Amino acid sequence: MLIHLRRSLIMAVICMIFFGFIYAFAGTGVAQVLFKNQANGSLTANGSTLIGQNWTSPKWFHGRPDDTGPYADTNPKNPSPVGHGGDNPLVANGAAGGSGATNFGPRSKKFLDDTKDLVKYWHKLGVNPTPDLVTTSGSGYDPDISQQDALVQIPMVSKATGISASKLRTLIKSQTHSAEFGFLGSSYIDVLQLNEALARLG
Amino acid sequence: MGFFLTLLTLVVLLGVTWRYLGSYMEAVFNGRVHFLGFIEKPVYKLLGTSPSQEQTWKRYASALVIFSAVSIAFTYVILRIQGSLPLNPQHLSSVGSALSFNTSASFVTNTNWQNYGGETTMSYFSQIGALTVQQFVSPAVGIAVAIAMVRGFSRRKSATIGNFWVDITRCMFYILLPVAFVFGIIFVGQGAVETLAGTASFHDVLNGVTQTIARGPIGFMESIKQLGTNGGGFLNANSATTFENPTGLTNFLSIYLLLAIPFALTYTFGKMVGSIRHGRALLAAMVILFGVWVGFTSYGEHQNNPVVAAAGIHSTVGNTEGKEVRFGDTSSALLGIASTSTSTGSANGSYDSYTPIGGLGLLTGMMLGEVTPGGTGSGLYTMLLYALIAVFIGGLMIGRTPEYLGKKIQAREVKLAGLGALVMPMVVLIITAIAVSLAVGRAGPLNAGPHGFTEILYAITSQGNNNGSAFGGLTGNTPFYNVIGGIAMLLGRFAIIIPALALGGALAEKDVVPESLGTFRTDNPMFVGLVIGVILIIGGLTFFPALSLGPIVEQLSHTRFF
Repeated sequence: MLIHLRRSLIMAVICMIFFGFIYAFAGTGVAQVLFKNQANGSLTANGSTLIGQNWTSPKWFHGRPDDTGPYADTNPKNPSPVGHGGDNPLVANGAAGGSGATNFGPRSKKFLDDTKDLVKYWHKLGVNPTPDLVTTSGSGYDPDISQQDALVQIPMVSKATGISASKLRTLIKSQTHSAEFGFLGSSYIDVLQLNEALARLG
Repeated sequence: MGFFLTLLTLVVLLGVTWRYLGSYMEAVFNGRVHFLGFIEKPVYKLLGTSPSQEQTWKRYASALVIFSAVSIAFTYVILRIQGSLPLNPQHLSSVGSALSFNTSASFVTNTNWQNYGGETTMSYFSQIGALTVQQFVSPAVGIAVAIAMVRGFSRRKSATIGNFWVDITRCMFYILLPVAFVFGIIFVGQGAVETLAGTASFHDVLNGVTQTIARGPIGFMESIKQLGTNGGGFLNANSATTFENPTGLTNFLSIYLLLAIPFALTYTFGKMVGSIRHGRALLAAMVILFGVWVGFTSYGEHQNNPVVAAAGIHSTVGNTEGKEVRFGDTSSALLGIASTSTSTGSANGSYDSYTPIGGLGLLTGMMLGEVTPGGTGSGLYTMLLYALIAVFIGGLMIGRTPEYLGKKIQAREVKLAGLGALVMPMVVLIITAIAVSLAVGRAGPLNAGPHGFTEILYAITSQGNNNGSAFGGLTGNTPFYNVIGGIAMLLGRFAIIIPALALGGALAEKDVVPESLGTFRTDNPMFVGLVIGVILIIGGLTFFPALSLGPIVEQLSHTRFF
């Protein structure tokens, strides 16, 4: 037994050194040399292209409602004491707790009420919402929408910015990323990139 | 069409991996791979052991149990004192005792159940020095058990089944480390974050938003998280986040990585026992069940969410609640089912928000005992337990002494196999019953109605099976759930490992009886069917009543909301 204990202690230390620190430090070193931008979070002047933001003005294309409408400051289990919305990924869905989903079940009454509110919210903006636009994401900060999600927002953006619908349609097409290798996952539009392109247009 | 191509690519890649990774692993465990000898030999020297010092099953098991206990202690202590340790740019405080117990039991048992949000709880020191370490160690322990058990079939009249220290060392250095490192680079190249610089803050002038973003050494944890069927992510939302799983390609590679070793081990098994056909038979049983579950769950998730439909929104893109746009419905569901069928438990979306049918697929993927194909090592050794039960039942039907690979399967072996197969259902059902009987247990669920019960059942099933995925609505970070969950994880791991090793030891001692005309074939389609039957009957009989109170009644209660 004692020999097992001695070996266990030695092995635990060896593992911590090799598979903890050497692995992570070597990995970080390689990553920082080969892919500096990605390794640091794909940061641009206006934020990370991989982290969704809250777009409330009709001048911009909106992302998924992770932090708008009824989800601006609701977490039924842990309401935010400070009352800020979900702009901050470290405070997703209005609660300090980082990334995360609403976790509403498929027959939740609360979820039904929220979804109905979101449909109204979009209608008020002149948008006929798609499923993505009335449901929240798994991470709580999905940076992407589908092409269809962007196309249905054209009336709203066109009215607020005065840019013609056909120009916006061309913009959306040019900003659509296809699925990886054409078939892995889905095609998508990065909302931050789309709005940056929109800003250059206007 | 895209989903069909995804499945096709996956099948081709896994087929090649099955053949070559499978035979490579056999070479590793039989000591024919030496390219890291300059590290391997000093490790043995420090430990005071060598490949020639073989252990009986009892010594193998006691080394394993003591090493696991020491690993739990190391992890626990690091979490408890992380506030005073370096590499903590967010100045996170030390973790409480109940959560530290649950988390250390979780990572040491290859469960990776997480009652915390990583970015707001764990310092970089804890993520690297405690959690990532166990993501290498725990799969290696699982694979070592499987290999030791297989030696029981491949050896004759042998008192020993290998050396635990040598097996885990070889597994970690020759199999897990190289693959994880290469895929870590790919993940970072795709956009996964890998930095020690702490959070990033900025202000977007376009919309006036100010954000603080959690970062960390994520990309390289990601590759070993999937390869070792661990599943414990750096961030709370796990593989749903862009920093862990940035693209459709990384989502696909995650699915590939978490299935690679569990499937390939059936080839290793076949090669070690000198009959690839036997390995192929087990593979066939795994693939058939896995395929059915993939079809079932992706069909479920390709339907609209009942709530979204009730709100008057028609969907052609399936259930989008809790899913990320870049993956889509079916690829999300494919990772979901791959991760619940392999004891990985990483999630690329909110499983809580799956349709009742989709959620049923995830839950039953675990309830089959994690053998389709199961976790790294644990999938194979649990599958072998089911195979022995199938041999026993087959033998009863034709009235002969059952044999498997020339080894007589007698009372002792059948008892051990039965024990190993029944521990998990007992643990899951008894602890679920306790949780729903107590007010502290019933306080956990977020959702009302049958879905609330499913949240509890799912949590205990996940921990009892060492899976680690969650119906995230359950508030698990309470002393009650931390402690019963920790107990479920430890029983679900070690109460199966010990019978499995005992079985390996008992079989190794036996001589091989020559095959005769009356020998019951264990490498043909009929045996595959028998194994599948045993798995479905044991799973169905034990869990159907519980399931009918949860997802089944939820699916049947049309137009009702809770």
